[in-house]
Amino acid sequence: MNALAREPLVALVGNPNCGKTALFNLLTGSRQKIANYAGVTVERKEGRLRTASGHRVRVLDLPGAYSLRPRTPDEQITCDFVLGRLPDERRPDEVVAVVDATNLRRHLRLVLALRRLGQRIVVALNMVDLAERRGIRVDAAALSRELGLPVVETVGVRAGGAAALIAHLDATHAPSPAPAPADASTAAAGASASVAADLATVAGDQHEVERILTRLGLERVRSDTLSDRIDRVVLHPIAGPLILAVTLFLIFQAVFVWAKPFMDAITALIAALAGGVARVLPAGPLESLLVDGVLAGAGSVLVFLPQILILFAFILLLEDSGYLPRAAFLLDRLMGSVGLSGRSFIPLLSSFACAVPGILAARTIPNERDRRVTILVAPLMTCSARLPVYTLLIGAFVPARTLALGIGLQGVVLFVLYFAGVTGAFLVAWVMKRLHGSAALHPLQMELPTYHVPSLRNLGIGLLQRVEVFVKRVGSIILALMVLLWFLSSFPAPPPGATGPAIEYSIAGRIGAGLAVLFAPIGFNWQISLALVPGIAAREVVVGALGTVYSLAATGSDVAGQIAPLIAREWSFATAAALLAWYVFAPQCLSTLVTARRETNGWRYPLLMVAYQFTLAYVAAGVTYHLCRAWAGAA
Amino acid sequence: MSPGTDTARPPNSLGLEELPLDIEAQIVALDAPPGREAGDLTERLAEMGFLPGERVRLLARALFGEPLAVRVGSDTFALRRAEAACIRVVALAGVPAAAP
Repeated sequence: MNALAREPLVALVGNPNCGKTALFNLLTGSRQKIANYAGVTVERKEGRLRTASGHRVRVLDLPGAYSLRPRTPDEQITCDFVLGRLPDERRPDEVVAVVDATNLRRHLRLVLALRRLGQRIVVALNMVDLAERRGIRVDAAALSRELGLPVVETVGVRAGGAAALIAHLDATHAPSPAPAPADASTAAAGASASVAADLATVAGDQHEVERILTRLGLERVRSDTLSDRIDRVVLHPIAGPLILAVTLFLIFQAVFVWAKPFMDAITALIAALAGGVARVLPAGPLESLLVDGVLAGAGSVLVFLPQILILFAFILLLEDSGYLPRAAFLLDRLMGSVGLSGRSFIPLLSSFACAVPGILAARTIPNERDRRVTILVAPLMTCSARLPVYTLLIGAFVPARTLALGIGLQGVVLFVLYFAGVTGAFLVAWVMKRLHGSAALHPLQMELPTYHVPSLRNLGIGLLQRVEVFVKRVGSIILALMVLLWFLSSFPAPPPGATGPAIEYSIAGRIGAGLAVLFAPIGFNWQISLALVPGIAAREVVVGALGTVYSLAATGSDVAGQIAPLIAREWSFATAAALLAWYVFAPQCLSTLVTARRETNGWRYPLLMVAYQFTLAYVAAGVTYHLCRAWAGAA
Repeated sequence: MSPGTDTARPPNSLGLEELPLDIEAQIVALDAPPGREAGDLTERLAEMGFLPGERVRLLARALFGEPLAVRVGSDTFALRRAEAACIRVVALAGVPAAAP
């Protein structure tokens, strides 16, 4: 056994919404490692803490669980981990049972269940500040006596709020060669019997909790009156949906308006870098690889980072404050009518920035069928990668006319495109529901936690983590694909004396020529068909690819400015409208497919995604093209 | 269904989904319609705190009557009608609901 393995391992266990993650952030700061548990898509968060006397303790934030009777993959992991049943994980030396001091009635039941496992436990009485503000005074010493377990008070959202817990860990885990207190095998054997809790056990635990609360003088239920007053408005059948609509509208405004200067700055930075490389290196394959492959590839990901950051900041704030479950509550019926659940709302909202984080967010959906359908339709939410294509085509073909009340025609077209994506998603979900049939009783059982003022510290840590996951996952895939596509569109080089654009002679050019046959019926010329090929890596690359096809020397954002008047001359309106319709459903995004494969453990869903999106895109583009032509002919 | 759950259905009880808003009620039984997942559903509800003897109150109904926001203890949960129907309650007469 090496020194590392002997570093004490402590696991945080608690109900969802007990402030566990805030406490974890406080204990470990930003020294956190996020990975997945072996073989499942459950997030594993580990951090390290150094106590006052210099001991190091490994801290694990286990997924929130209502009971030790697992029903979701998250709860399964928590349960197996505490019991030491996970193959690649060691049984924790101590379990920190985090309980919300304002809600001991529910949270203590989990503590009682944990106590039966014969595991070493310390109870972290969290949110004592909130409890006191609400007039709930919990006598920690008395609670400790009643439970027969050590109890420490913590405030997860205040600096120094975990001091008592750290001191406790320091005292109990002085490094020693002694084995863990409970013999793992006997404890686990005893546990397997007691884990099989039934209704009687739950009721028994409830009586015990009732007894303890009565002893502590806490038997009177006090609910948060401010929270209740907010809910009277927010959950109101008429006012609630209106507030939600306004909130979403403001978020979208922020995502698109606030992000603009940052995105321009990133584009300019990448262009400057590319210019620098082009000056230093002689023109040739290496220069082209770095400029057109690596920099353009990295740039195409990074440019969306501001939008993703802003959207995630809002999602984290809404989540931390407790509003997101309310939004899911308000939308549950609507989404349920097409076979989704209110819980699908958060992943689908994230997908407006990018489908990849959206698909990852679907992990919070307990029902496996709901989760898979959500993943399947997530790419139909208009991600920000489609925006450059939309902006280019709308700018070139839709007159900048004001309709009424200052609402521009171009903006209306953009809204219609977004709306078409959402409608498509609902349609696909509804078809899936029809094909699969739905379970007779499909529980929602979602907690609506008390509202909290969000903590900036948690917002910062949460944003950092999500950005890291996004950049790593998408960055690596897109970068590799961009290099591959650069190769395909650069080789073989055009023969000497060739007149057309170089890409026409490359492997990608030949693929484009072949595709033109397939796309001619829906109004795409060979230039568009060819530009769709590099668009497989990332949709926005199409704009740049069109520039290449039309032999424009410009790179990056300049392309859009130069190409708009050109395509406005060359293409018919029907072709442009068909391309817009195509992009509402466009199937080409490899990073989404790869993410979907990982999250569903197989190729079935990604392949289904490609098939239905391609079909929808082809049909939508074809119908649009022929309708526009018929309309133009009639006019 | 065990006979125990059948008898635990007093005549004056109603499903939680039928309870008017802001009326305090007491849970008398958990009673899922027979089916493969019935036991699982009632156990889950029990773990969330929906246990016989506990007091409940409907805080809100979403548009079109579903889902419901239910207060049990100091917790609030969103339940669909079908889930709420598994919770049999008796309205507590003379106990005024909390003032708005």
